[in-house]
Amino acid sequence: MNTWWLAILLALLAGSPSIAVGQDLAVTGGTVHTATGEVLEGATVLIRDGIITAVGHDIEVPAGVPTVDATGRVVTPGLIDATTSLGLVEVGMVSSTVDTRLDGDPVRAAFDVVDGINPRSVLIPVNRAAGLTTVLSAPGGGLIAGQAAIIDLAGSSVDEMIVRPRAAMVASYSAGAAGGARGGASLRLREVLDDARFWRENQAAFSAGGTRDLAASRLDLEALGPVLDGETPLVVGVHRASDIESVLRIADEYGLDLVISGGEEAWLVADRIAAAGVPVLLKPLTNSPGGFDRLGSRFDNAMMLERAGVDVIIGSFNSHNARWLLQEAGNAVRFGLPWDVALRAVTLAPAQALGIGDRYGSLEPGKVGNLVVWTGDPFELSTRAEAVVIRGAVTSLDHRQLELFRRYRELDEERPAFKRPGF
Amino acid sequence: MADRRSSSRAASLMLAAFMAAGCASGGSTPAAGPDASVRGEADPAEADRQLLNGTPNGAWESSYEPLASGPVLIRGGTVMTAAGEEIEGGDVLLVDGRIESVGVGLDAPDGATVIEATGRFVTPGIIDTHSHLGVYPSPGVEGMGEGNEATNPVTAEVWAEHGVWPQDPGFWRALAGGVTTLQSLPGSANLIGGRGVTLKLVPGRGATDMMFPDAPMGLKMACGENPKRVYASRGPSTRMGNVAGYREAFIRAAKYRERWDRWLAGDRQGDRPDRDLELETLAEVLRGNILIQNHCYRADDMLTMLELSHEFGFSIRSFHHATEAYKIRDRLAEENVAASVWVDWWGFKMEALDGIPQNLALLTDAGARAILHTDSGLEIQILNQNAARAMYAGRSAGIEVTRDQALRWITIHPAWALGIEEETGSLEAGKAGDVVVWSGDPFSVYSRADQVFIDGAVVYDRSRTEGNPSSDFELGILPDSGLGGGR
Repeated sequence: MNTWWLAILLALLAGSPSIAVGQDLAVTGGTVHTATGEVLEGATVLIRDGIITAVGHDIEVPAGVPTVDATGRVVTPGLIDATTSLGLVEVGMVSSTVDTRLDGDPVRAAFDVVDGINPRSVLIPVNRAAGLTTVLSAPGGGLIAGQAAIIDLAGSSVDEMIVRPRAAMVASYSAGAAGGARGGASLRLREVLDDARFWRENQAAFSAGGTRDLAASRLDLEALGPVLDGETPLVVGVHRASDIESVLRIADEYGLDLVISGGEEAWLVADRIAAAGVPVLLKPLTNSPGGFDRLGSRFDNAMMLERAGVDVIIGSFNSHNARWLLQEAGNAVRFGLPWDVALRAVTLAPAQALGIGDRYGSLEPGKVGNLVVWTGDPFELSTRAEAVVIRGAVTSLDHRQLELFRRYRELDEERPAFKRPGF
Repeated sequence: MADRRSSSRAASLMLAAFMAAGCASGGSTPAAGPDASVRGEADPAEADRQLLNGTPNGAWESSYEPLASGPVLIRGGTVMTAAGEEIEGGDVLLVDGRIESVGVGLDAPDGATVIEATGRFVTPGIIDTHSHLGVYPSPGVEGMGEGNEATNPVTAEVWAEHGVWPQDPGFWRALAGGVTTLQSLPGSANLIGGRGVTLKLVPGRGATDMMFPDAPMGLKMACGENPKRVYASRGPSTRMGNVAGYREAFIRAAKYRERWDRWLAGDRQGDRPDRDLELETLAEVLRGNILIQNHCYRADDMLTMLELSHEFGFSIRSFHHATEAYKIRDRLAEENVAASVWVDWWGFKMEALDGIPQNLALLTDAGARAILHTDSGLEIQILNQNAARAMYAGRSAGIEVTRDQALRWITIHPAWALGIEEETGSLEAGKAGDVVVWSGDPFSVYSRADQVFIDGAVVYDRSRTEGNPSSDFELGILPDSGLGGGR
């Protein structure tokens, strides 16, 4: 049982009016893209207690269920971005507002971001208003950066927002990740994984002080247990084709559930990635040979990977502007990725890669009621989100940037700061 | 060959400067036209003038040559002129590298190449006021960073063109995104970072081969956090220190200028003044010949810089980044200072906290000159998309922004900020043949630049597999290498 269900249970017991608890909603008349390949014209999505109970035509909306009329609109699952640090960063260059990284040893597997997540971050409503409903909030830095959490972008406490804590272990494979050579990164990864396995088999001896020294702290080794079991995905930032092959080898040796992140040169080894069944999390708008590990970076990476049978996930690789996710997806389409695959790449594909595909990522009965009503093609620049629904609740589309806009919509040269209504 | 630093506008400003100095003697013609600046000119006054212009002995001049082209008729497209019109089924005729005419039903001259643009869109070439292509090229590795001479807070003496690497693969990616002209600037570590250079995206072996002929140079200045962070240990370490640094530099520059202007006007008592590269640049700013491009985020910082410009009598041509420009859009309109901004970058540092996506729309609404810039080797490839995003952000907030206005953000307005608005930036007869043919509406995410013309020649054509510019750097590394941009 995960924390969210626990929160619902507790909230029900307490009679809490919290909006993060699932609500009832019917979204009627829209063109519904389920993200499982179906497009239903003039269909209804019915959500009860935050869970989708029906999708289709001729669905009776029970009395008392609030309705959103989506006639002439496009309805998709809520967008999922697996490449943010939302809640963990407020102002990039103000270090006291950045909770994404620990300093020190390059192995920080035990670092869990959850306690650093700030539900009142102004970044959250800014990005939610663009249709993001669920994100992986991830740590960064070092060789093994730590454990990322999946959150829904609604709620006033982390307990309410959390979908799955410790949902992914995040790592980075590069020349600089450990010791200044690629071989060093491989060496350290294998050493730590070996010792995590050793630790698990020798815990009693370890506690009694009867084992050799290990390559990481007890907590780090313990945190790697679910990764070794293949239960928690290991998301590895890796770019050069040969580096991708190195990481594939390590994942194969240890039976890891690998997700490649970045993957600028993944197209060069697409067949091998496809054969390994490893998804690639990428930013389509990437085509500069900015370093020697990405000389092959190109805009049609997603298209070529998809053609080779690789599961493509699209990310914004951004926090303040995770809202660029749809422009990224649109550009993947511009460079050849089929439209429905691009939609899947920002909904169901990340949900599946992060292990929540049974509850998130598509509009199907039994899934969490996260969806967006769009004014048109969600990838088109003229389109905006008209309603963003999280667990059946219609969320506010207002945010700090709109407050700034309203304050400065009319300039009062005399006293601009006094424009705020109610001041 | 034209002296790129003696455009007629600049020359007339210089003449005004000499007259202001009150000296009409000397026998030279201070406002000598381009022809007077040929290499080997014997007239000592002219030699002095070249010095002042930064082109002694004709050095550092543009060696740009347009690619060869015959007449071209682009026919039947939706022609977006950036001059107030969007012509359905419109034609653009290019002859001798210039726009001969724009209209409907134009006849193709003998020998013209006809490009059928039915269902496609035609715009002016896109212009970016803020790029570091060439000075911060790809790959961004050791040995390649040329953008910040971060050894002194005032380095007005350095020129971006001396750091531009013409083999930056980013140039050809930008070209494939419809960009025909960009300004490559020094970075923002310094209060005064050095001279920027305006380039045409036509391949050359050296930076002078890409220099936009007759374009004035820019001067990069920076407000706020970056200089005070970079120089925290030696100063400036505060905004107060920043402003003191600008003032101190311009006080020296004013004195230097006075000395030189007196000499140039014929008052030649004593030795000729010594050259000082730093003050030579700043004196040219004071004469109005170099255009200030001022990195500045916050509204109050921009107002401070306007005060500085009043103190020393110069103009700021454009603020850059200007995330809070919307807060002072009336002042920017009054003072005729452009704002080069992103759509919605924000929050990466304190001075960028208040960036909002309606910035461009609000500036436009107030009659200020709004520009969409990039500061990015990626975003320079999608300026059309980002103009669309800013246009729709304005519209969804209830601000009417026309398609023509949004197009101006990436064409004629940046041309003005670079001082080349008479030459390029709109589809009007007489201007350079800098034109993009798009596969569809440039304000759609799905559209691509099919052909990019610079001075009437096809420099990029998406349909061809050979002949598009590409960098030496990308040869021989990977399959499909050397294809250049657009992939």
